[in-house]
Amino acid sequence: MKKNVNINVEYLTRVEGHGNIVINVKEGKLDTCRLDIVEAPRFFEGMLRGRSIFEAQHITSRICGICACGHSLASIQAAEDALGITPTAQTVKLRKLLLHLEMLDSHLLHIYLLVAPDLLGVKSFVPLINSHNEVVRRALRMKKTCNDFCDILVGRHVHPISAIVGGFTKLPRAKDLDAMLDMLKGIDMIGNDLIFLGPVASPTYRVSAMTVSGA
Amino acid sequence: MKKPRVGIFDFACCEGCQLQIANMGEDVLAVLGSIDVMEWREVMSEKWGKNLDIAIIEGSITNHHAVERIRQIRKKSKILIAYGSCATIGGVNGMKNNFDLDDIRKYVYSENYRFFPTEPTRAVHQVVKVDYFVHGCPVYIPEFVAVLKAVLQGIPYYVPDYPVCVECKLNENVCMYDRKVTCLGPVTKAGCNSWCINNGNICYGCRGMVSNPNEKGAQDVLAKYKISIDLILNKMNMYNKCRELG
Repeated sequence: MKKNVNINVEYLTRVEGHGNIVINVKEGKLDTCRLDIVEAPRFFEGMLRGRSIFEAQHITSRICGICACGHSLASIQAAEDALGITPTAQTVKLRKLLLHLEMLDSHLLHIYLLVAPDLLGVKSFVPLINSHNEVVRRALRMKKTCNDFCDILVGRHVHPISAIVGGFTKLPRAKDLDAMLDMLKGIDMIGNDLIFLGPVASPTYRVSAMTVSGA
Repeated sequence: MKKPRVGIFDFACCEGCQLQIANMGEDVLAVLGSIDVMEWREVMSEKWGKNLDIAIIEGSITNHHAVERIRQIRKKSKILIAYGSCATIGGVNGMKNNFDLDDIRKYVYSENYRFFPTEPTRAVHQVVKVDYFVHGCPVYIPEFVAVLKAVLQGIPYYVPDYPVCVECKLNENVCMYDRKVTCLGPVTKAGCNSWCINNGNICYGCRGMVSNPNEKGAQDVLAKYKISIDLILNKMNMYNKCRELG
């Protein structure tokens, strides 16, 4: 190992949020190893004071665009606890469905757009548009499917519209549910894509790739 | 023709507007075919650092570091697009301006509050010159595409200055006021195709206020349903607080 190492990464890439990494090694000894979260604080807990409890879902959703549904549902759950409201079984099922779709969307984003470049030795998915065009297109289609699903269920995925305290302002109709089911059936992930992630150059990455294909 | 060099930058925001680009599905490949994205921290590790033709900015300016950074970006970009409500009007981040800054810092971070400095939230145009605005929380992708096309052609994009009600009526929604619910549609700029009312919720005013609201008409409606003006002003401050900074 080198005697002296000074690493200063300003603004990590391919992650949500701002962070810096500082690593200093002096004479072969680790002196500093730090992850600085430099995200500009927005003070949501403070801002909510004085707003209506029914607005809390809308506001806290804006904490994050990728996990907006998670924040919305957490806020709704807290509000319903506070107000003594029990959601119906149907509402709970639809909310869980929303959460699962957000998970799927988030994992697709992570695997195909944020992590795949590392596994394939490139800096972003942009070069992969040429080298692995079919796979990138499939990834974007699968992600769009999750978004189309959420469009029917709550109006949109980023900052859901119809999920509120008490239930939903608009419910999917029977034919909407059929459409949603067809969308899910169209996503076939246990397939060639895992082979695409498999043969990677670095032996350290082989472990994670094998874990994915073994799933 | 050479593709314009684009950089996408974020400040105090939820990054949802950037995600909306990734949510375009395969259409995003068409967008990437007409521009050269040189930097986009959320999704790309490529570094550029040099001059850009177009800078897309998401997020509000809330601290000194952000002010310096946005000024640098403005200097090296020919065109700057404010992208999403946080950037165009301050967005929900503006609600912080209702409070004493030291008070809110202590409320959230207690004895560690000194590590979290902050300034009154400002929209991007309140710090540097902005050439194009893409309103909305999150942005409405058809509008983003329209703005991008205008930018690429070098023509202006005119954000509708009529209220959401116009689009809402065209979408045949029953008016929220007729359902005894208060809605900010009458004073909010259209362009989102009444997205929220189509899904049964009210308009929260995320696209910013029309420049010439029909005040007399609004007063008549408020009187008819016995709604106080304070309720409307309070609702407007969710997204539009930063307008007070001028």
